[in-house]
Amino acid sequence: MTLTQKILARHAGLDRVEPGQIINANVDLVLANELSAAVAIGVMRGMKGADRVFDANKIALVEDHFVPAKDAQSAKLAKLMKDFATEQKIKHFFDVGRGGIEHVVLPEEGLVAPGEVIVGGDSHTCTYGAFGAFATGMGSTDIAAAFVLGEVWLKVPATIKIVYSGTLKNHVYAKDLMLRTVGELGIDGATYRAIEYHGSTVDALSITGRITMANMAIEAGAKNGIFHADEKTIAYVQERTDRPFMVERADSDAIYERVIAIDVDDLEPQIACPHTPDNVHPISQVTREDIPLDQVFIGSCTNGYIEDLRVVAKILQGKRISPNVRVIVNPGSQKVWMQAAEEGILTILAAAGCAVNTPGCGACFGGHMGTLGDGERALSTTNRNYVGRMGSPKSEVYLSSPATCAASALTGIITDPRVVDAALV
Amino acid sequence: MESTLRGHVHKFGKNVDTDVIIPGKYCNIIDPAELGKHALEGIDPEYTARMKAGDIIVADTNFGCGSSREVAPIAIKGSGTSAVIAKSFARIFYRNALNIGLPIFESSEAVDGIESGDEIELEPATGVIRNVTRGTSYQAAQFPPFMQSLIDAGGLVPYVEKRLAEASR
Repeated sequence: MTLTQKILARHAGLDRVEPGQIINANVDLVLANELSAAVAIGVMRGMKGADRVFDANKIALVEDHFVPAKDAQSAKLAKLMKDFATEQKIKHFFDVGRGGIEHVVLPEEGLVAPGEVIVGGDSHTCTYGAFGAFATGMGSTDIAAAFVLGEVWLKVPATIKIVYSGTLKNHVYAKDLMLRTVGELGIDGATYRAIEYHGSTVDALSITGRITMANMAIEAGAKNGIFHADEKTIAYVQERTDRPFMVERADSDAIYERVIAIDVDDLEPQIACPHTPDNVHPISQVTREDIPLDQVFIGSCTNGYIEDLRVVAKILQGKRISPNVRVIVNPGSQKVWMQAAEEGILTILAAAGCAVNTPGCGACFGGHMGTLGDGERALSTTNRNYVGRMGSPKSEVYLSSPATCAASALTGIITDPRVVDAALV
Repeated sequence: MESTLRGHVHKFGKNVDTDVIIPGKYCNIIDPAELGKHALEGIDPEYTARMKAGDIIVADTNFGCGSSREVAPIAIKGSGTSAVIAKSFARIFYRNALNIGLPIFESSEAVDGIESGDEIELEPATGVIRNVTRGTSYQAAQFPPFMQSLIDAGGLVPYVEKRLAEASR
């Protein structure tokens, strides 16, 4: 069995499960944000006999989409979730200023561990595959069912194995690797499938790098994207929780639907051009023409981690961003924000001319705190660039790594970070 | 099971994503009728002005890709659209549509044989799609047996209620 099959079989109480099989799986954690929770709570209120959640310690509720509340309607949804958390005695409730973006917060708080099954009312719940967990996004009615039953029905996915080899060059990152992967698979290339990441390249990645890659599995349509837990994973998790967990491994005779090999030795920084995340090109092809930018955004559940901010600060230190562009930085969580403050990163960014915002999802999905207007163009470290994703349907979004965003912030046009770095030396 | 659905077709292409079905800025709305006023706004701002109650969306592959926002199918339903036919659906949208009671039909042949403005009839119980304008008919893919049993039971909510009732016995 593949890693995904192994985890699902155990959570369904079965010896074996096969792709296509429908199972009921016990869940270790159910996640929602104020948008998905508001709808889920409404559904749960309408369910006969559903007075209590299945386990108040196995639900995480994070205020992150329209925070700090954009308007009275957003505040209403936030309050609805907070009141529900109080009523149900939900232990893991994160208000503004104590949490941040759900997918950044949950690992930080030790709420994600290898071998677990996690479902969330957000498509980027697949992020936790970075830790060797089965994690997938669902809509609010499914989340309401999981709130009360503590289990979900799932169709066991077939698995696509991707084997990465080679060493990433300077200023080529996990984000570039994943953009390349989404470009190769296509935005529906892994629909109903699991992606299992393998190879020496990803073994060498940090936890943050693996988070970036698992996060964007949904951009290929995948149900989940998963890494095997290793010493790095176990050390990260054990620093944050003493909860027991079981590390699963794919069997040596596991059957994969497809195996894809990607060699990264010659990989350049990658750019996803408008208007789909699989419209991916090496940066040398994109920078043949100068592409002027109105906004650079650095943050999100894909790239809002301290490691990302360190890369950005290193490029922007002692510099001023281009007068033609505004740069918005959202540290992914309160903890990332505090760490960045302690390391002097926030000061470096502010001195360079960046606006540093409260942790949250708003800018990424065109909610608030950095919405694009008609005719504007952004380069962003986020995960989606569909029409209107970050605001006006007449705006354009390009996706890249934090390093490419930082280099482009200095020039005001899409710029290869290797060029900027060479100029610094 | 629902009776026959009948309406005129509005045809869209591939990869109609949830950001264009209901742009992010409306995702703090939970009232279906209010959401319905903005259905498909990101791809076709005139859709809700042009369409009539009962009309049907026909689209190519990977309809509903992107976010898990359940307000996407809720907005389509709230607009008065009676069903969506597509060559394929994104995974989360598919579950959400069934969970909130938006009828969906998968058929490549039907999508290829139907144009914008055609009048069509749908039988949710059997998956039969009839193009009244062109006199053709198609059979949508069957739902997997487990999903069909959920649909027959009235959806996920009655299923959960039944489970809770059994557990409390």
